[in-house]
Amino acid sequence: MPGISNAARLITFHVTRYNPETDGAPYLKTYAVPVREGMTVLEGLHYIKDNLDSTLAWRYSCRMGICGSCGMFLNGRPGLACNTQILHIADANLTVAPLPNFEIIRDLVPDLWTMFDKHRSIKPYILRINEAEINDPAGEFYQSPQQLESYLQFTYCIKCGCCMAACPTLATDARYLGPMPLTAAQRYNADTRDEGRRERNALTGTSTGVFRCHYAGECSRACPKGVDPARALQLLKRRLVLDYLHLARRIKRCEKLHGPGQGKLLPDIAAAPKGTVG
Amino acid sequence: MNRTKYWTWHMAAGVVLLFLLGLHMLIMHMVGTAHWFAPYGTEPDSLQNSLFRDGKLFFTVTYILLLGVALYHGLYGLRTILFELTLKPAFEETITVVLLVVGLGLFGLGTWAAVAAHGIALAGARG
Amino acid sequence: MSQINRYDNRLGIWGWLGGGRWGAERYAYILHRITGLGILFYFLLHIVVTSLRAKGIYLWAGHGFLHQPIFEFAEYVVFAAFAYHACNGIRLVLVELGFAVGKPIEPVYPYKTSLNVQRPLLVCMMILTAVFLAIGGYAALIE
Repeated sequence: MPGISNAARLITFHVTRYNPETDGAPYLKTYAVPVREGMTVLEGLHYIKDNLDSTLAWRYSCRMGICGSCGMFLNGRPGLACNTQILHIADANLTVAPLPNFEIIRDLVPDLWTMFDKHRSIKPYILRINEAEINDPAGEFYQSPQQLESYLQFTYCIKCGCCMAACPTLATDARYLGPMPLTAAQRYNADTRDEGRRERNALTGTSTGVFRCHYAGECSRACPKGVDPARALQLLKRRLVLDYLHLARRIKRCEKLHGPGQGKLLPDIAAAPKGTVG
Repeated sequence: MNRTKYWTWHMAAGVVLLFLLGLHMLIMHMVGTAHWFAPYGTEPDSLQNSLFRDGKLFFTVTYILLLGVALYHGLYGLRTILFELTLKPAFEETITVVLLVVGLGLFGLGTWAAVAAHGIALAGARG
Repeated sequence: MSQINRYDNRLGIWGWLGGGRWGAERYAYILHRITGLGILFYFLLHIVVTSLRAKGIYLWAGHGFLHQPIFEFAEYVVFAAFAYHACNGIRLVLVELGFAVGKPIEPVYPYKTSLNVQRPLLVCMMILTAVFLAIGGYAALIE
């Protein structure tokens, strides 16, 4: 490929270190890392662990922006270490810190449990009035492509915590639910199969809920998957206000079930092949 | 849903303030428009013009409306900011009570002053 | 076993003000807060001062106490704060009621977010603020 040089450049990594058993507070330690074009921060950390300091701890898994484990504070911005190229954000110095607004377990490992607890509290799953329908389904719900699009963007969340680290309200307010759980709430509220909006309103509309958001927009800037939590939160607010004023248009919920063998086959689609097993 | 209720009214109050404070600016501070409402000389804040406005029922009613709406918007905004500091619940309750007392107190003071000034201005106009 | 500590890495009020490399809406948000608090402080004093007229005390009439240059300048600062708070407030009401953030879309790289959708509104409102500041400044100078 033209334009990509293989020459290594020395970049100074300023890495936050914290050992819970011996340190009272985190401190910075510097490492000189030879960086080639295209190298990610995650690869830089691996270089440090392999060659310079084997005690460095961080969390990662997939190395390709899917698992959401390696969210870090890179040069003052939250992002995934695995899809941030060092030379895109650093000339000579790179600060690597754990995500703020969480407790630090060790070095670059934040404790994400507060986020997951909040996520669980907003009931991030399809709620139906008739529970038997979910527990013992007789078929599938109809949903048009337009109905799918009204929440699809918010399903791409990988729970990396970057939005929670970027949020200015969470910087001081430990009780605020935060962008990620509230985006999940909007994802299920907007889903036409779901009937739990009013149940979730009781949580998202309270003093710890979505009205703590003042549209600083940092969550959407930080999100490595383009989920756009800021948009989800404003749409959630709109719905809450309309619900309060009794102005909301009734959204038609999925009622009809699509059982096996009930669907109509479109004329230009061939029939499914016969089963080969059983 | 409490928060939804208060925040909805906070936004509504903001929109009302946009018009009322805009009018306030046109009357009191914009040289180009202030003389429309000030029959005595060019200074909208002279003694005569103050008395003229206090004598009009429209101004007295609008003052009280502006006072109430602005106090709600301002003090609720302050409460929102303070509550984002993760304070102790007891302290938060104290803040709510203090802001409520301050707000109602100032609303009472301002309403009393507007009504009293209305009376003074009318008495002055009668001679 | 020795004591296992946890370090609370919350950014605090510094997280409101800066805390990193942030974007335009972040600064709009913090300025909205500062101007709001400033206007509220002025407003509470304003209620008390204007209420004195019921007792016949007019601190502002003629060449009164409040016509010293320092107060004239402070008045302009309050006006500027109001102009910004009002214009940015219009944007916030539109955004928070979901009118200016656009519909959910499939995220395709490079990501376009609701921030891009409302950015023209932000720019318009900042131009409007500048216009009001210029008009107010002109009015204050010829007075």
